[in-house]
Amino acid sequence: MDLSTSTGLPVAFMQPGTSSFTDFLAGYAPELLPGRRTPPSNVVGTEVRHGTTIVAVTYPGGVVMAGDRRATMGNIIAQRDIEKVFQADEYSAVGIAGTAGLAVEVVRLFQLELEHYEKIEGTVLSLEGKANRLSHMIRGNLALAMQGLAAIPLFAGYDHAEQDGRIFSYDITGGRYEEHSYYAVGSGSLFARGAQKKLYRPDLTADEAVAVCMQALYDAADDDSATGGPDLQRRIYPVVALVDGDGYRRLDNDAVGQVVERVVAGRNERPDGPNAPIE
Amino acid sequence: MQFGYVSPEQFYKDKADYARKGIARGRSVIVMQYEHGILFVAENLSRSLHKISEIYDRIAFAAAGRYPELESLRIAGVRLADLRGYSFDRADVNGRALANTYAQTLDAIFTTQPKPYEVEIAVAEVGDTAADDQIYRLTYEGSVVDEHGYAVMGGAAELVSRHLSASYREGMSFEDATRLAVDALGRDNASGEVRQLTTDALEVAVLDRNRMRRKFKRIPQANLRELLGNGDAPPASGPDASAEPAAPSTEEPTEEPPAS
Repeated sequence: MDLSTSTGLPVAFMQPGTSSFTDFLAGYAPELLPGRRTPPSNVVGTEVRHGTTIVAVTYPGGVVMAGDRRATMGNIIAQRDIEKVFQADEYSAVGIAGTAGLAVEVVRLFQLELEHYEKIEGTVLSLEGKANRLSHMIRGNLALAMQGLAAIPLFAGYDHAEQDGRIFSYDITGGRYEEHSYYAVGSGSLFARGAQKKLYRPDLTADEAVAVCMQALYDAADDDSATGGPDLQRRIYPVVALVDGDGYRRLDNDAVGQVVERVVAGRNERPDGPNAPIE
Repeated sequence: MQFGYVSPEQFYKDKADYARKGIARGRSVIVMQYEHGILFVAENLSRSLHKISEIYDRIAFAAAGRYPELESLRIAGVRLADLRGYSFDRADVNGRALANTYAQTLDAIFTTQPKPYEVEIAVAEVGDTAADDQIYRLTYEGSVVDEHGYAVMGGAAELVSRHLSASYREGMSFEDATRLAVDALGRDNASGEVRQLTTDALEVAVLDRNRMRRKFKRIPQANLRELLGNGDAPPASGPDASAEPAAPSTEEPTEEPPAS
């Protein structure tokens, strides 16, 4: 049926075949996709906001994701309270490191992609399916990423089939890698991962997993200027989200504040953080 | 005569008759305001093919008629709403704009396509108060009616509507509104006999203004069984003496003896 010569909805809206909002946009309005802009001719550096650490830790029956609050433009702190961890859908969370503007747009599109699928199909995607869709979106951003405008997500969710939390990391080509136990992405990720390596145990409670995330972020901020530590004066703390069988929930600022205060009190005694046994 | 000259009036009248006949074959769908928002009740024998669907945070779609056609309209509506919400903001998506787009589309299909769509659809948007609720009913040729209180679509819309107009009140509870709607759907027979619809022939959903962000919710079969099978016969209204079950039902205790 060709409605192109008459008024009303263009034929693209009525076609069956795809439940993906990104694919629909690619066909109908590709200019709205984040990755489809003309890449800059020079590599972009300090003109756009960057920097981050996002951490995730699994525990039996769920996963915690936390992200710092700083956005930098070169040496300037562009924003103190930016949020980098978001709810993707009822049972998953996504955090993005890299260019802040692009990251926010990728998250927005990803949330819509998942909701759109659910409305069109009447069912929810599997966790792997969701991880895959995110992979495609990052792949679409490759041209910009090569010019310095990268957005790298960390994706975590509750898998109903396995009844456990799972973590997926990505690279700029859209490659998707399942991480077991814990992971971190962003400029401070190397420091965060070192901390996670020493603190993680497979039998953590949800609260302990949150504490491990806080310690890891603290260590990242300690060594990476692009990652912000907790701001005790302004009470700006990392965004902390849990995903388990009951779904996604974000810890409110007071709850995060309590964990932060305990971590900071420990650091007052031993600034490098909890000591791990040598053997 | 298929060939030769057909006057425009005849041409469109034939199309309209065709569409109306197609819609008349379908089962009815009721859209009704209730205490907490907007209720949708459809007679639907399928478990998986839906007549009532979510379009956006506050907007839902209900339709009667030919399934592939109402499916393509539904999908188009979801895409349009998501695109608009993405390009602007979620708060900028409203039912009126969607109804207008559907009207233009149905009109285009009716006038330019060889076969009109045999559908009657409703677009409903729940507001923060009952006064802000909107129900738009659209016909196969794109006319829009701004309904208040309730709207009925499908084959026996006239008959079902008549019963509703007698018993409908503003601000009914979910339970009362659902029972009224189910009762009304069973009165689609010109002879006055009432069909008892069983819960597995029903599709029920609401737009509940008290829910967070996404107001649409399907009512599970278990809840419907509990609500309708509580031994309460539909509110009696006098002269219809024989109530025949539409299909023998072993799960609901009814007070009428089974028809033999």
